[in-house]
Amino acid sequence: MQGIQTFFETTLNVPAGWALVGAAVLFSLLIFIVLALFVIVAVWLERKVSAVIQDRWGPMRAGLTMQGELQTIADTVKLLMKEDIIPSRVDKLLFIIAPLLVFTASFMVTTVLPFGPAGVASNMDLGIFFLLAVSSLGVVGIVMAGWASNNKWSLYGAMRSVAQIVSYEIPIALLVIAIVMYTGTFSVTGIVEAQDTGHGFLGWFAIRNPFLFIGMIIFLIAGTAENNRNPFDLPESESELVAGFHTEYTGMRFAFFFLAEYVNMFIMGMLLAVLFFGGYTPPVYLSSVADMPVLNVLFGNSVLWIILKALGVVIIQMWFRWTFPRIRVDQLMYTCWKVLIPFSMAIVVLNGFWMKLFNLV
Amino acid sequence: MDINTIFKDLQDAFGEKILALDAEKSSPEKITVKPDALLETVSFLRKYADCPFDSLLSLSGVDSGEELAAVLHLYSNQGACTLAVEAWTERENPEIDSVASVYKTANWHEREAYDMYGIVFNGHPELTRMFLADDWEGHPLRKDYVPADYWHGMPIPKELSHKMK
Amino acid sequence: MAKIHSEEMFINMGPHHPSTHGVLQLKLHTDGEIVTKIDPVIGYLHRTFEKHAENLTYPQIIPFTDRADYIAAMNNNWAYVMAVEKLMGLEVPEYIEYLRVIIGELNRIASHLLFYGTFGLDSGAFTPLLYSFREREKILDLFEMTCGARLLYNYMWIGGVSHDLPDGFIEKTYDFLNDFYFRKDGKDAITEFNQLLTGNKIFIERNADVGVLKPEDAVNLGVTGPALRATGMNWDLRRNTPYSIYDRFEWDVPVGKGLYGTVGDNMDRYLIRMDEMIESAKIVKQALDQLAGVEKVDVQAAVPKRVKPDAGKEIYFRAENPRGELGFYIKSDGSLKPSRLKMRSPAFCNLSALSEMAEGWMVSDVVMILGSLDIVLGEIDR
Repeated sequence: MQGIQTFFETTLNVPAGWALVGAAVLFSLLIFIVLALFVIVAVWLERKVSAVIQDRWGPMRAGLTMQGELQTIADTVKLLMKEDIIPSRVDKLLFIIAPLLVFTASFMVTTVLPFGPAGVASNMDLGIFFLLAVSSLGVVGIVMAGWASNNKWSLYGAMRSVAQIVSYEIPIALLVIAIVMYTGTFSVTGIVEAQDTGHGFLGWFAIRNPFLFIGMIIFLIAGTAENNRNPFDLPESESELVAGFHTEYTGMRFAFFFLAEYVNMFIMGMLLAVLFFGGYTPPVYLSSVADMPVLNVLFGNSVLWIILKALGVVIIQMWFRWTFPRIRVDQLMYTCWKVLIPFSMAIVVLNGFWMKLFNLV
Repeated sequence: MDINTIFKDLQDAFGEKILALDAEKSSPEKITVKPDALLETVSFLRKYADCPFDSLLSLSGVDSGEELAAVLHLYSNQGACTLAVEAWTERENPEIDSVASVYKTANWHEREAYDMYGIVFNGHPELTRMFLADDWEGHPLRKDYVPADYWHGMPIPKELSHKMK
Repeated sequence: MAKIHSEEMFINMGPHHPSTHGVLQLKLHTDGEIVTKIDPVIGYLHRTFEKHAENLTYPQIIPFTDRADYIAAMNNNWAYVMAVEKLMGLEVPEYIEYLRVIIGELNRIASHLLFYGTFGLDSGAFTPLLYSFREREKILDLFEMTCGARLLYNYMWIGGVSHDLPDGFIEKTYDFLNDFYFRKDGKDAITEFNQLLTGNKIFIERNADVGVLKPEDAVNLGVTGPALRATGMNWDLRRNTPYSIYDRFEWDVPVGKGLYGTVGDNMDRYLIRMDEMIESAKIVKQALDQLAGVEKVDVQAAVPKRVKPDAGKEIYFRAENPRGELGFYIKSDGSLKPSRLKMRSPAFCNLSALSEMAEGWMVSDVVMILGSLDIVLGEIDR
């Protein structure tokens, strides 16, 4: 975003404050387009992945190649045109605000995600910290939705969701601490640059450090729980609670929740990529191709790699959803507090020993 | 297990409350008892030495046209013998002992018999209608059942749609 | 410290619910997530079967018995038809018995496949449903070949069956059985099902030790079928009070052993049904093998023109349905129509055990326990 801002200032001679605002608006529009494209692809991908796993075809009509790729656009148009139903005895203000809050929380997080070497909207020193803090706002939206719906089943979903999301943030935070011990900085680009050793995938944290490899697995599990995805999708468990906290939502409001879920998956994918898989660094790094137009995307730092890594994590989460049954609330709490948190704490401590061993401190 | 031995033991225990034994026309053999002796008979059979009848297969209401009855089918897992016990009662105020304290499955079967025939089971923990709405009038499986015209404003059809002419 | 005052919440798992297997209303009183009292309310699917039966002739009642337990319709037909045949003292040719066993056991496999799919769905695994329905389609194709219908057949008649086996049925059934269980290269359907759900740690955690039912309680509550066998009691009507020609086949009765938890928990009821599918497959294979040596007769040769049992006769006959014991109590008054027909449905009695089994567990567990009982509202409400 700095680039756009300087472009505004120098070439177009826009005053400094306005250049900042203009650049911010343009960049967030860009991110929004990327997210929208991603969601369109992700919904199609989910339906196709589920179809492959379940031995059937999935959407096969919409689109020129007859593989259903424009199905999501058709569905979105349909959702936009649906009647806006607000049940009569809900808490109107909370009912309307809830999906907006959930979506906003997810969207705000994307300001610190590094889309490529120069593609971070806001290169804060406290990038990861900001990310963890802001993504928690989504919980407030979910509780609002469950409460405002005036429906006992939605309330169940919302209560479970609060317990789940709040608990599973702790292993995530502990693992972030382990990473930050390595890099010494909370800044997102700083973490990626720490993995940018020029040796390709050998520089990635998950490969460099066996404890962080285990940490990556824990992060994947806790991340799936954060997103309310199967096997942790109790808040929206379809077979018990109809649709959990978003039972009463229809049309565009439901589309917001839906959108937020996929954006969250994307963010989790990006986070895993940034923290453990080297962000935008390629697996094989060739410094000699730095000037060639196509090859420098494939073998150098580029936005392609971080998107691919995030997509890989998203596909793994989809794979989980269609394979595993759902776990029960008390087993969920047990898993978090008695399994994941002790392991994460152990990883922090062992990571410290590892770093001392290799004189990295 | 011999049905005649059981019948004789029952008669020795309860005397004239045990009315009859039908071994030819009924399969399994059927013992008819007085309605207020049903609970004692069933408890006796439950603890019967040679083949304790530990499961109640089914409890049905029956309408003969004149009287109402409850027919129980009992089975003994140890002795591998089946037995039917029947109790007839009058039409106007039908009352039969409830066996729900002996066999827990009778709880729901008796509610069904009450719903369909109107037989009141004395001693049942919670005798409410099972299939029909709580405010339905009449007991449908009785032979002389004529439904009301309306229920909550909805018309009730008089003829069964497939009725043979 | 002062005790925190908490109240019980009354929540209605109403007739419209994704996992109550039909229109069943469960009134739950919950303390947080734990259920303290369950009140099942039924009657939403009551179609006055017994009243209809008093106005229909004996053969005309057969399609109505289909509609009770619509998932295992052939077995319903069979139980009713056997009851009337015993009432009249009618003998059925051996060939008909073989056909009935083959078709009845195939329907048992189809019913258990549906259980597997919906049980997985209740627990949150979406994929087993698709896999089990793929196999169920093959069975329904076989039925369609034979009698033209996929779900409600009117196939078993008093004294015979409605259609003979068509050409190609036997080969197709052998193929199905091969793909289902008998092929030895690990690609059979049963192995696939076990790999997907049975060994899954999450599934085991959800189901082991949950909803335990003891054998004495089960017998007293009238529970029959796989739910009773799961408690450890070795009781199968086909073996203990044999009817039809079941004594000619070699097969085992699966009994609950508490492999993953306690005897009589959800996991046992699930495992027993998986094993029963295998045993049914064995029976069908043996019946097909033995069928070649049986003299073929016209399937309607023994069907009587008028079904008129003697006056005053009554019978209680029970058969082993996929869900338990289906009992028919028929009273005849000498006319063409029965004077009283009572259908003792297994799911009715199994459901009455729900409060016993599920109180004290969480809402998610109630869903699983209900699923493991494998009820069908059609036969509960009749």
